[in-house]
Amino acid sequence: MRQDHIISAKQLSRSDIEEVLDRAADIAADPGAFADRHDDALLGLLFFEPSTRTKMSFTAAMKRLGGEVVDMGTVESSSVKKGESLADTVRVVEGYADALVLRHPSEGSAKMASDYVDVPLINAGDGAGQHPTQTLLDLYTIRENAGFDDLKIGIMGDLKYGRTVHSLAHALTEFDARQHFVSPESLELPRSVRYDLHEAGADVREHTSLEPVLSELDVLYVTRIQAERFPDESEYREVAGEYQIDAGTLADAKDDLTVMHPLPRVDEIDHEIDATEHAKYFQQAHNGVPVRMAILDMVLEGER
Amino acid sequence: MTDRKLRVSKIENGTVIDHITGGQALNVLAILGIDGTEGETVSVVMNVPSDQLGHKDIVKVEGRELSEEELDVLSLIAPAASINIVRDFDVVEKKHVNHPDRVVGVLQCPNHNCITTEDEPVESAFTVLDDGVRCEYCDTIIREDLPAHILAN
Repeated sequence: MRQDHIISAKQLSRSDIEEVLDRAADIAADPGAFADRHDDALLGLLFFEPSTRTKMSFTAAMKRLGGEVVDMGTVESSSVKKGESLADTVRVVEGYADALVLRHPSEGSAKMASDYVDVPLINAGDGAGQHPTQTLLDLYTIRENAGFDDLKIGIMGDLKYGRTVHSLAHALTEFDARQHFVSPESLELPRSVRYDLHEAGADVREHTSLEPVLSELDVLYVTRIQAERFPDESEYREVAGEYQIDAGTLADAKDDLTVMHPLPRVDEIDHEIDATEHAKYFQQAHNGVPVRMAILDMVLEGER
Repeated sequence: MTDRKLRVSKIENGTVIDHITGGQALNVLAILGIDGTEGETVSVVMNVPSDQLGHKDIVKVEGRELSEEELDVLSLIAPAASINIVRDFDVVEKKHVNHPDRVVGVLQCPNHNCITTEDEPVESAFTVLDDGVRCEYCDTIIREDLPAHILAN
């Protein structure tokens, strides 16, 4: 993979993806072999929105490669609070680090920022846009558990604003996958993602209920429906309730169904599922470290 | 009346844009960034009967020869437009608008959460699709009512 920046899943070909997943598998098999690999490197973290998993796993990944991180901290404590533009912030911080990780609330922020820097910039979420490194760890988890041959995947929840969904849907067009999208009508896939899936000739079905497709699925990818997407609390409760799963819901599923979630969950997946063989969402979150190690290793390698 | 008609129908040097979709002349000027403040003489004729279009608009800009790139942007709202470049009262070149691959700095992204709508040093950029345009930053697709998204000059 020769990429200066990692902005969108759309830029990744199947061979790019497989290269990252293979390297991540090598790292997971023998992490010690990579422990000093980038002991002279610094990773700049610019998180303009709160993050737990993404930020911690990037930090862990960099440290496990022997490197260090420099962190902008919260927006409240930074010069952004004084009105500095994103373009200025990244131009300053690129002088402090060998690569940058950016999370920002505006769609297109990572693409714009990448135009202003020479060091590799990794998009860790741009508003409701894209989250390509999450997608790579999602794909790693899918490959580990279900494989990509004749994959039937259900993607359920907030498909309109869910950036992990948009990135995953794009990436899956590179594979032999049938994608079932399950959501309330008000949270269907955005027009732009539908356009891309159509252009890619993807095998896509849309549903408002999980029930008719559940038994066919190899993977069920659940996302959180957020209350702020609805005009009032009661409407949210009514709609969100239809997209929650528990052990009873999965009675009709295949025995080896893999259940995934980008986390954090609220009540979309009942805790009783955690103890079943279906639950892979914690494994998925843990995969963030080797996969992000692989990504960092590859972009920093290009810098040498 | 004769005087006014003459002034609209003949220019000495400049560009005549004919066969503009009826009612779009002011949007054409907006897209081209022509607002009259630079002193050029601009004539606008709107909703005149046309065999080809039913009704059409005509815009004449004196003293300016518009470039190919400027004119291609017009295809978004006036795909049938024809362009005459006039020198010394004679038409020296006739052109039609082409569909451009992308338009930069012309349209405002309707997504209020797009980075191009914020106070950042970035120009809006749209890829032109067969049936609309798509923001190169946030991927928002606009298919309807493109003139409503023309950036204020």
